[in-house]
Amino acid sequence: MELFATELMGVKAYDAQGNYVGRVREFFIEPAEAPNRISHFLLSRGRFQPLVAKHNQIASVSDKKIQLNVGEKALEIYQPNESWLAVQKDLLDQQIIDTRGRKVVRVNDLDLAEQRSNGNVELRLTQVDVGLPGAVRRLLQGVVPSKVVRKLQSRLPPSTIRWEFVNLIEPDPLRRVKLRITHEKLEDLHPADLADIMEDLSASERQSIIASLDEETAAAVLGELDARLTTQIVEDLDPEKAADILEEMPPDAAADVLADLPKETSEELLEEMPGREANEVRELLEFDPAAAGGMMNTEFAFVSESATRDEVVDRMRKQDHSFDQLDTVVLLDDKAQFAGVVPMVRMLLAAPDERLSALKMEPVVSLPPEADEKEVFELFDKYNLRMLTVVDKQNRPIGTIAVDDVVSRLVKR
Amino acid sequence: MDWSILKTGVESLQNRGAGLQKRLRSLRRRLVLLLAVIGPGLITSNVDNDAGGITVYTQAGAQYGYTLLWALIPMTIALYVTEEMCARMGVVTGKGLSDLIREEFGFRPTFFVMITGFFVDLANVVAEFAGVAAAMQIFHVSKYVAVPLAAILVWILVIQGTYRQVEVIFLFACVLYSSYVFSAVLAKPDWLIAAKYTVIPNIRFDLGYLITLTGLVGTTIAPWQFFYLQAGFVEKKVGPRQYPQARADVMFGSVSCMVIVFFIIVCCAATLWVSGQRDISDAGQAAQSLIPLAGKWAGGLFAFGLLNASLFAASILPLSTAHVVCEGLGFEAGLDHKFTEAPIFYWLYTVLIVVGAGVVLLPHAPLWKILIFSQVGNGIWLPVVVIFILLLVNRRDLMGEYVNTMTYNIVAWVTAIAMIVLTLILTYTAFLQQTPPPAA
Repeated sequence: MELFATELMGVKAYDAQGNYVGRVREFFIEPAEAPNRISHFLLSRGRFQPLVAKHNQIASVSDKKIQLNVGEKALEIYQPNESWLAVQKDLLDQQIIDTRGRKVVRVNDLDLAEQRSNGNVELRLTQVDVGLPGAVRRLLQGVVPSKVVRKLQSRLPPSTIRWEFVNLIEPDPLRRVKLRITHEKLEDLHPADLADIMEDLSASERQSIIASLDEETAAAVLGELDARLTTQIVEDLDPEKAADILEEMPPDAAADVLADLPKETSEELLEEMPGREANEVRELLEFDPAAAGGMMNTEFAFVSESATRDEVVDRMRKQDHSFDQLDTVVLLDDKAQFAGVVPMVRMLLAAPDERLSALKMEPVVSLPPEADEKEVFELFDKYNLRMLTVVDKQNRPIGTIAVDDVVSRLVKR
Repeated sequence: MDWSILKTGVESLQNRGAGLQKRLRSLRRRLVLLLAVIGPGLITSNVDNDAGGITVYTQAGAQYGYTLLWALIPMTIALYVTEEMCARMGVVTGKGLSDLIREEFGFRPTFFVMITGFFVDLANVVAEFAGVAAAMQIFHVSKYVAVPLAAILVWILVIQGTYRQVEVIFLFACVLYSSYVFSAVLAKPDWLIAAKYTVIPNIRFDLGYLITLTGLVGTTIAPWQFFYLQAGFVEKKVGPRQYPQARADVMFGSVSCMVIVFFIIVCCAATLWVSGQRDISDAGQAAQSLIPLAGKWAGGLFAFGLLNASLFAASILPLSTAHVVCEGLGFEAGLDHKFTEAPIFYWLYTVLIVVGAGVVLLPHAPLWKILIFSQVGNGIWLPVVVIFILLLVNRRDLMGEYVNTMTYNIVAWVTAIAMIVLTLILTYTAFLQQTPPPAA
């Protein structure tokens, strides 16, 4: 039979001899033992010390009574335990992450299912109720007879989340370990979805999630978050961890984050980062954020314009470039000056021995780093660009601006 | 000629220029930081001066002249103390007040707080649209035109605008409250007496005086504003680091709110009270009576202030209420959801506006009773909410080092108890007032 957590609260428990032991005040899950089994019931009666009934001491459960298969003497005295998840205190009314629906929801009630195993009954947590039926039950249980409540809720549209898709949020790292809460399920989400979820949480909860993600995912999520939140999170992180995350971000994104931090904090973080990455970011920090230099990414793929298509593809295979950087390749002439760009699609369709100079996009456009962001937008619009090269005074390429950076700037305006 | 000297000269100039630019940038950044936080406190406190509030201030000025002005300073403190606690909770926990009540006190208390809140706010919304009707009457516009137009305007503003845009419009509306300042200046009051009565308390023990005093406090400190204020800071993602700016915002809001109240009371005292027109039933009537006494401009500005205040509150109240109720009960809320994703939110919002505006349009609508109901409702709702706030803000597991200090707690509890006693008196007397005052 299906039971609900709300129905179980306050139910009377009787021992094997039929003596009244107490009422259910709370029940627990011990995630280290079984992720969804109700492991302990807290029974209290008046001024007596509260007792604990273990899952193998339960003979039957209903919304009217709990029958134990042992005598009262066999029950232990209740001791608070950090590694137990308290259903009422830790779950009911709290926020959880629905990893399949990709959103933050509030728990109204919990659905439990009975499972018989040699001589006793175990309760398993099957799903979390986040909709109207749970709300109605919370409001009316104990005021109106159970039957009426059940009848009423069956007419309401259900809204539940299977327990497997629930990710708990626990800001305290020690407790998180004890409760075996991981954020592995969150790492499978798209960083943009995870960023949306994080915006719905409180500061300490955001902090705990970022701290427990791997650096690559954390970097991707920070890149998608609202700039103000990113600053808050990075400021509160352990500097070493923060530097590790920044290192994983593209230099332009890392520079954007650091530019919003107080001077001392950003210096401290740059010190923690490896020299080469730190220098790249430092250079970017010198530029006005609203100019081409402040938008550009200094990591880009460049080749000589006299190379053939096959030579280039061969080199790309061996080098460690991200796919975003390879979308468009920058060409250099024999004086190491900017000669144009070749989109990957053109290279894909070209003959193996074709020279890159023959494949480049016309017209050849570039910008100095001081150029205003408005000029950048106009060039992208005019030539339908996917990428724009930024050059220094000697016409040497120093960075590229990708179309996705342009889109996010335009959205923010 | 040695060119290198010129070159180093130019370079040092360039460096100095760059240094200056950097310093300017840091100044600009600090200003941006402050501006980024400011808003919720200022808006919330100013919305307090809504149609119901202005009616009470008008009555206070018309009936008792300058003698009630002393109450404004303690009221400013009370307003600041209570609002600051909510701002602090929002900034530190990153959660709304209804979220916190739900998480810490469970479903049933939350449900009753929310349901009471919904009906009290509905009555308040009716009062706002009644304010729109009264103000537009001064400009000779029928309420059957003005109220539906106002409802549509409010609906468009909120549905079409983003949070930032709406906030800018609201901040602009705060500036428009200054029309009361001009209106008061045009009324040529005795500033010296006004200043004297503001500083020196003048407590009288006649029943009417006490009732008006209670009304003054009751309309200024309304429970819904705590929810709106805290949600505002949460929505703006203000963190503990920006708490000083948030506090400044709340402080500025409370003071500016009371400054406006001061000018409204002074304006009415200098005209209506001096000329003996002491029985004023609503703010529209006050504006009407101002015209022969202080000129067309004073009356017009007064009515414009009322219109602004009513529209302002009518835009905020339904939205804030729908938000708070849905968040507390765990339903999807917010304008960034589609109707099918958050049906309960949109239904609540629509009901608040349509019923709110609709009641005003009914011929022989019992507006007076609704106003009393909203006051009684506030009176019942306020103690509950304030006690929840005080319990929450003292929880170390939630607030960490930001819990109330001992002295702050004493001030806060004294304020809370005083407010509760006053609003209970107000509720009691509102029950007794069965007959409406002389009609306009």
